Amino acid sequence: MSLKSSILYLENVNVSFDGFRALRDLSLTVKPGEMRAIIGPNGAGKTTMMDVITGKTKPDSGRVLFDETVNLTRMDEAEIASLGIGRKFQKPTVFENHTVWNNLLLALKAGRRTWDTLFHATTARDRQEIEDILDITRLGHLRGEVSANLSHGQKQWLEIGMLLAQDPKLLLVDEPVAGMTDAETAETARLLRDIAQLHSVVVVEHDMAFVRDLDVQVTVLHEGTAIAEGTLDYVSADERVIEVYLGR
Amino acid sequence: MTLRLLQGGFDRRAWMFLAVLFTAALVVSVLSLTTQPGHPLHVPTYVVSLVGKYLCYALLALSVDLVWGFCGVLSLGHAAFFSLGGYAMGMYLMRQIGTRGVYGDPVLPDFMVFLNYKELPWFWYGFDQFWFAALMVVAVPGVLAFVFGWFAFRSRVTGVYLSIITQALTFALMLAFFRNDMGFGGNNGLTDFKDILGFDVQAGSTRAGLLMASAVALAFGFMICKALVNSKFGKVLIAVRDAESRTRFLGYRPENYKLLVWTLSACMAGVAGALYVPQVGIINPSEFTPANSIEVVIWVAVGGRGTLVGAAVGAVLVNLGKTVFTGVLPEFWLFALGGLFIAVTLFLPKGIVGTWDDLMARRRAARDAGDGELRGTAPQEAD
Amino acid sequence: MARTIHSLVLFLALAWLIPTGPARAADDSLQARIDALGTGGFADTAKQIQALAATGDDRVVPALEALLAGGLYVRQSDKKVFITKKAEGGFALIDPLTGRTAGTADTFAVKKIRVNNRLRRELKAALGGLTLLSKDPAVRLKAAAAVFKSQDPDALSALDAAILKETDDRVREAMRQARAAVQLKSDVPEADKVAALKVIEERGDRDALSVALAAAAQTEGAVKAAAEATAKSIRQTLELWSAAQNVWYGLSLGSVLLLAAIGLAITFGVMGVINMAHGEMVMIGAYVTFMVQEVIRTSLPGLFDYSLLIAVPLAFLVAGAVGMAIERGIIRFLYGRPLETLLATWGLSLVLQQTVRTIFGPTNREVGAPEFMSGAFEVGHLTVTYNRLWIIVFALAVLFALMAVLKKTPLGLQMRAVTQNRRMAGAMGIRTSWVDAVTFGLGSGIAGIAGVALSQIDNVSPNLGQSYIIDSFMVVVFGGVGNLWGTLVGAMTLGVANKFLEPYAGAVLGKVLVLVFIILFIQKRPRGLFALKGRAIET
Repeated sequence: MSLKSSILYLENVNVSFDGFRALRDLSLTVKPGEMRAIIGPNGAGKTTMMDVITGKTKPDSGRVLFDETVNLTRMDEAEIASLGIGRKFQKPTVFENHTVWNNLLLALKAGRRTWDTLFHATTARDRQEIEDILDITRLGHLRGEVSANLSHGQKQWLEIGMLLAQDPKLLLVDEPVAGMTDAETAETARLLRDIAQLHSVVVVEHDMAFVRDLDVQVTVLHEGTAIAEGTLDYVSADERVIEVYLGR
Repeated sequence: MTLRLLQGGFDRRAWMFLAVLFTAALVVSVLSLTTQPGHPLHVPTYVVSLVGKYLCYALLALSVDLVWGFCGVLSLGHAAFFSLGGYAMGMYLMRQIGTRGVYGDPVLPDFMVFLNYKELPWFWYGFDQFWFAALMVVAVPGVLAFVFGWFAFRSRVTGVYLSIITQALTFALMLAFFRNDMGFGGNNGLTDFKDILGFDVQAGSTRAGLLMASAVALAFGFMICKALVNSKFGKVLIAVRDAESRTRFLGYRPENYKLLVWTLSACMAGVAGALYVPQVGIINPSEFTPANSIEVVIWVAVGGRGTLVGAAVGAVLVNLGKTVFTGVLPEFWLFALGGLFIAVTLFLPKGIVGTWDDLMARRRAARDAGDGELRGTAPQEAD
Repeated sequence: MARTIHSLVLFLALAWLIPTGPARAADDSLQARIDALGTGGFADTAKQIQALAATGDDRVVPALEALLAGGLYVRQSDKKVFITKKAEGGFALIDPLTGRTAGTADTFAVKKIRVNNRLRRELKAALGGLTLLSKDPAVRLKAAAAVFKSQDPDALSALDAAILKETDDRVREAMRQARAAVQLKSDVPEADKVAALKVIEERGDRDALSVALAAAAQTEGAVKAAAEATAKSIRQTLELWSAAQNVWYGLSLGSVLLLAAIGLAITFGVMGVINMAHGEMVMIGAYVTFMVQEVIRTSLPGLFDYSLLIAVPLAFLVAGAVGMAIERGIIRFLYGRPLETLLATWGLSLVLQQTVRTIFGPTNREVGAPEFMSGAFEVGHLTVTYNRLWIIVFALAVLFALMAVLKKTPLGLQMRAVTQNRRMAGAMGIRTSWVDAVTFGLGSGIAGIAGVALSQIDNVSPNLGQSYIIDSFMVVVFGGVGNLWGTLVGAMTLGVANKFLEPYAGAVLGKVLVLVFIILFIQKRPRGLFALKGRAIET
């Protein structure tokens, strides 16, 4: 692992809640342009790791660097998001009372200060960009629909669309296919692979078939620390991973 | 740019609201001034003031709807901003009394002479000038709200916690203003006003003028709110209301958005209070009671939270009810008001306007289905 | 003069030993002697005073005191002597021996018995002697205290004699202090005065301080220095005691806050329901107390001292039942919508207030205090009233009982299960909706119990609850939601802080400052003093 040429660099990160150690000495490096899958059983610390990277949780110790130099542990969520780190939540979180279009508009890369939004005028380019994303995520026919009315899978896709609209350098995607049908899952894998051609992506997922579909480097988390790293086949052969997943 | 802001999405309902508002205000004023008592169409002066009072309440309700309906901040402390605006105006009116007071002191208001003040406290300076008082009407609530909001929103106090501390804020101010040595007249407050900008506050024409001023203020406040919520800013606000932490991960700072709206809302409440005081002729610390703040919330809830027009409608309807009830069955007013709180939250969660909208939408949907014409969701530019 | 009193004391000592014949005869002779005060000139009166003093009977004290105050009159018609009080059209007559009223007389029917300065001195000496040597220790104590106040040098020898004879330690102490105070005022050697200052220092209260300060101002040299040192030392002691008093008042206020907040710690802290009608549950408890006392007063007067004991379970049941009704009728439809709950329960509080106002009227209702709740005792220079003490004890008892219910009973287990994971609890066969209703009932019932206690120190009116609602929320939020220890610490901290601010800022501003402090505190630590941490809390 090296700090050099990394988009995301975690070193010996520790987090504990009231004595429970959610992350212990977690280290992880993601290279620019790489897509990385994180797997691990429940309670392995996957979501906490995402929280640390996006500034929701402050680590007790350790380093978290973005783009080699930017220290993320000192920043809050909004700052980190503005740097170009986008996050999709485990439970799809979209703005339920807004239409699909407005959800994307809010996510679109633009000034985030109050002043910017007060006097914001949507340009033709903005519209084009939103149209493009609607095409990619296949939500074009639902653009005027209030997002509360979307199906679970459509919400997942809308959230991925919002990630795209942000145009971040690094995407953190938490369980993108939870609750999806097989067909939707395959579609999502295709979508993520497309996205990964232009962005660095970290995907947290339970679904092994999906991870296999992605065909990328895998990091296995267990009890807050990384216990194996490599291709899915490689880590599947690792004794500790087998132990963790199958039990003794 | 500002023009763009104002044009944005002025729907039919907004124009109708403004039209009804000004027609009502004009009719009441003109009838009151042009007809004599005894004439069948005569409107007595007290009715003019009553309508003016309702409009001030409507503006207050509007300010609460802006923060609650669109930003999710349930303020139980807007009475504080309303009263502070009222006190600022009251101080101006006190200074206008001059030598006509009971003690005839050219500078000191009566209560200060009575309490053996030797000179005017520093915070009363400048209130002999209308422009200064007008500035303070907006500035004092605004600054208080800004400081309060700065702390509250940055430390991410939300939901009921925020509601409770806003309530504590107005409670603390009420206790403070009840003290005689605060220099605001203690529990008697400020009263016995003589004139405003040189016009006699008791005169029918002044009352009509104040009513018109209230209507203009309400219209102006309404237009600002409407423009605000129709802009992208307003969309961010709603996003903050529904999923605050999600907006952070998009790079927005909800605290800044809340702070701006909160401060603006406090300023609006201040203006409402300032217009209220000359029309009712008194301002005292009981205006600060937390109960008043909560009552405002129920006006908004009755009219329809997050609809702006609903807030104004609710304020007028509930207060009309209050006027009628307290005249006919005074003991039952609190039963009615309490029952209203319960009934609205249980059975009419969207309020009158929100429920009306739902009904209309359903009827439209039924009609569309009846046409047998299965249109896809119309691509609609929701900008 | 001193000699007179000496011989008088001797005489009295004898009189004490010799039984004084049948009481009836003694009364007659006393009556005759008192009546004799009304005849003759000043010299005769002086003799009569001495004779009265010589009886050593403290029943003559009221007459002598009245004489000193110029309130003793002789009735012209029968030359009988009476203590008088001004009444319409003349005087009300009071029998000087029995203290019973004895009719009235118009202004011209009675004549005032005059006294001059010599007589006044004579009277003071006689009174001092009589009261300081009274058979009743309480009278002696009062007399000593009076001498301490007046610091009349004439009383010195009477005091000396009384101290010799005194058997009660407390009274002797008071007499020694009185003697010291007198010594500081009279011409005694410096060494005696310094010794007297020691006694004053031991006493160490506010009166002692003024005695020491007066001594410092009136004397020179060594005594002055000693007096100043004494004053300083007393002042320090007093400051310590006043701090202790503040802590006590603070704890007392804190226990009131605690009582008002415990119920809320359940409904708001554990269930997360914002019950703005919580204060009204307290009010209902207070009115239950009133009703219980009314019934007892009219039909079972003997039970009055048990009225609170009867009211506690009743208030719990009534307020608890109302609470359950509220939960079933309103709140259960609003779970997950805290702001709507807030509004609906506020409306409810208006309805409840108005209901009570309609039934019981808008004015304060009288709730009496049973025997064990009235009175006070002193610890050092600290006055502890029984009602405050009992309320502290009661508040703690309620808190610990509640903790035990939550920790030890199946109901408590189910409550915790439901609040932590409703669906899981439901899956395990717990009737979650029933648990909700009972939990809310429990919180409301406790508020009702609080009302019983608060009826003892606050006005029982329909507005009773309103004055506690904001404070209660502040306590729960400050202490940390969902943590009963936090509620305890929060209540006591706020109570003590309030009382320590009061002397500097006044009661109202002190309260304002505390509110401002909490507002700032919540912003710094939004989850209160004892906050739970972790991922679950965020969502």
